[in-house]
Amino acid sequence: MSEFEPNIVAFLCNWCSYAGADLAGTSRIEYPPNVKAIRVMCSGRINPMFIVNALQEGADGVLIGGCHPGDCHYSQGNYYARRKFQIMRKILEYLGIDPARVRMSWVSASEGQKFADVISEVIGDVKKIGPAKNINRI
Amino acid sequence: MRQVVENELTKIEIDGKEIEVEKGTTILEAAEKLGIEIPTLCHHKAFTPFGACRLCTVQITRNGRERLVTSCNYPIEDSIKVQTGSERVLKGRRMIIELLSSRCPDVQAIQDLAKKMGIEKSRFGPKNEDCILCGLCVRACEEAIGSSAISFVNRGINREISTPFYAISEDCIGCGACQFVCPTGAIKLEKFTNKEIRPLTSDFNMGLSGRGNVYLTFPQAVPNVPIVDPLNCIYHLRGTCKTCEKYCEPNAIDFDQKEETLELNVGAIIVATGFDLYDASQKPEYGYGKYKEVITGLEFERLVSASGPTEGKISIDGKEPKKVVFIQCVGSREKEGDHEYCSRVCCMYTAKHAHLVKEKIKDAEINIFYTDVRSYGKGYEEFINRVKDEGAIYRRRELDDPIEVTKNKDGLVVKAKGHPDLEADLVVLAPAIIPRKDALDVARKVSISQSPDGFYSEAHPKLRPVETLTDGVLLAGCCQGPKDIPDSVAQASGAASRAMAILSKNKVKMEAITAEVDEDACRGCGICIEVCPYGAIELKEIDKFGHIVTVALVNEVLCKGCGACSGTCLSQAIQQKGFTDQQLLSAISGVIRAA
Repeated sequence: MSEFEPNIVAFLCNWCSYAGADLAGTSRIEYPPNVKAIRVMCSGRINPMFIVNALQEGADGVLIGGCHPGDCHYSQGNYYARRKFQIMRKILEYLGIDPARVRMSWVSASEGQKFADVISEVIGDVKKIGPAKNINRI
Repeated sequence: MRQVVENELTKIEIDGKEIEVEKGTTILEAAEKLGIEIPTLCHHKAFTPFGACRLCTVQITRNGRERLVTSCNYPIEDSIKVQTGSERVLKGRRMIIELLSSRCPDVQAIQDLAKKMGIEKSRFGPKNEDCILCGLCVRACEEAIGSSAISFVNRGINREISTPFYAISEDCIGCGACQFVCPTGAIKLEKFTNKEIRPLTSDFNMGLSGRGNVYLTFPQAVPNVPIVDPLNCIYHLRGTCKTCEKYCEPNAIDFDQKEETLELNVGAIIVATGFDLYDASQKPEYGYGKYKEVITGLEFERLVSASGPTEGKISIDGKEPKKVVFIQCVGSREKEGDHEYCSRVCCMYTAKHAHLVKEKIKDAEINIFYTDVRSYGKGYEEFINRVKDEGAIYRRRELDDPIEVTKNKDGLVVKAKGHPDLEADLVVLAPAIIPRKDALDVARKVSISQSPDGFYSEAHPKLRPVETLTDGVLLAGCCQGPKDIPDSVAQASGAASRAMAILSKNKVKMEAITAEVDEDACRGCGICIEVCPYGAIELKEIDKFGHIVTVALVNEVLCKGCGACSGTCLSQAIQQKGFTDQQLLSAISGVIRAA
């Protein structure tokens, strides 16, 4: 049986984490291809329901990438994202979704290697716990 | 204090020249107005005249009678005739100098005065005093500082300057004013106080020279006027002194000036905040901070500068070095740590320094420890070759092999692997160029980011070297990365012209991905307003089918398109154009299904 290849959706903020992912690419840093990036202008744009939605659509894991605290291009968006995410995590746990599936990470525009490392870590963690099951729309 | 009677004038004659002065003016002041110089020792413009040294003695004729008086404290009341150089005056002056020169055989200032008057040797037996009892120190401490920590004690031949009971003074603030005004160097501050004596040094001269509390920061300062140091100025600390005011003819000193905060509306900001130098004492093997003969390149620059602390003479402790060793890459190009990068300017300025040493000290021996010589610019390689031809020896060393600077009884010894031990009178280090201590604070204030090395990030490393990702904020100079003067000027010109491009248009490009409110869905809760970082949303009242309700309204010019409002709205009423909930949900679905 072939190894389980997880499907990860990454919401990346345009100025930091998306640029960091871009830098990983231009620097030819190799990382697993299981990540699908969706660009938003700021991590503060992310509605917590997107995470649930992604899991419902069939994703095995979700990553939210933002700028480092204090460095948000729009000054506070990443703080709002962090607060929303912390509450969302508790709800997801309550719903029975393994918290290892959903990650938030700060990656700046010059941290190409760090982006690759975070992706590898998330994919490694999700591989261990297996595909997401029974997360359906009612 | 003497009284100058205003508006009551009187005419006097000095050396044949007439002048009208206010009554109460001293002869010395009147002579100064006429440009006639009278020598003084115990006189100071800012203090009460004392008449101690008697050097300013002049001959006056008043009511037909001739007398000798001290011009510094003689108040002019009526019409007198003054002679500053008559035979009687000169004879008296010579006697005063002769007596002083025998009292203070070791004081250079007195001996110079004696030589000027043609006195080779004093008739009187030599004493061993430095103090001439002029009282300048006492008057400085009392009138300028307001402490009165020292004064005259004892009488006759035992008269001297001291603190009460010769004890360490509680009133002495360690300002050094007494030491500063003393004409002979007799006053030693350490005798009066146990407080730590901290000389004020010039930042521009890298701490190599002192400065007062009123000082011109550096010769090219803009505006080119002195400043008052409010932290150490005696007037600001104690409400006394203001000696500088007494010297300022145009009366330009304003002690009440305070720091002002100006609010400016600008269309572009150029960040050109510069760099700091790596603290070489963090690498103790180089001996910086331990030996005074080990200096940094910037300190060397001040030494060779004609307007610097030594007026261009290369000297350490008054001695001219004959053996100079330069060490490059101190703190740069580290395998791990914060400074992996090359500081770019050091190879060239070290070569320049070597060239200057050779120019000023013809027989100097110069050794330069390098790892690579980075002479990349126009004329640079040719200059390095010229410096080598002039006799500078370039010695290669691996960065992994540390260089040790130690001291023996003859001087410094520089030990490097693969090279013979070198004797040195002067070691010049090239420390790394590092981002300023407050680089992060400034970056946050204007919303720009830093690259991992701490310098500011340009928008694109090749195509947009003077802009940042924040609209309207541009970069120039070393804050973006180490660079030399031609490159800094080029980058600054670029930034200035980009700024002009922004300002010269009468339109400003707005974001297209602004937020939009669906007035039917909006319930006017105002949460979007709380999260908007730009204050771009406000509540307005509209008529909805006859009911007046409050809904949100977006100011499209202020909106920068971050989407925080859309991510927070509980009713999905406010949506970011281009990133609506529908669009993002479709993207999520599309991206997963395509897998």
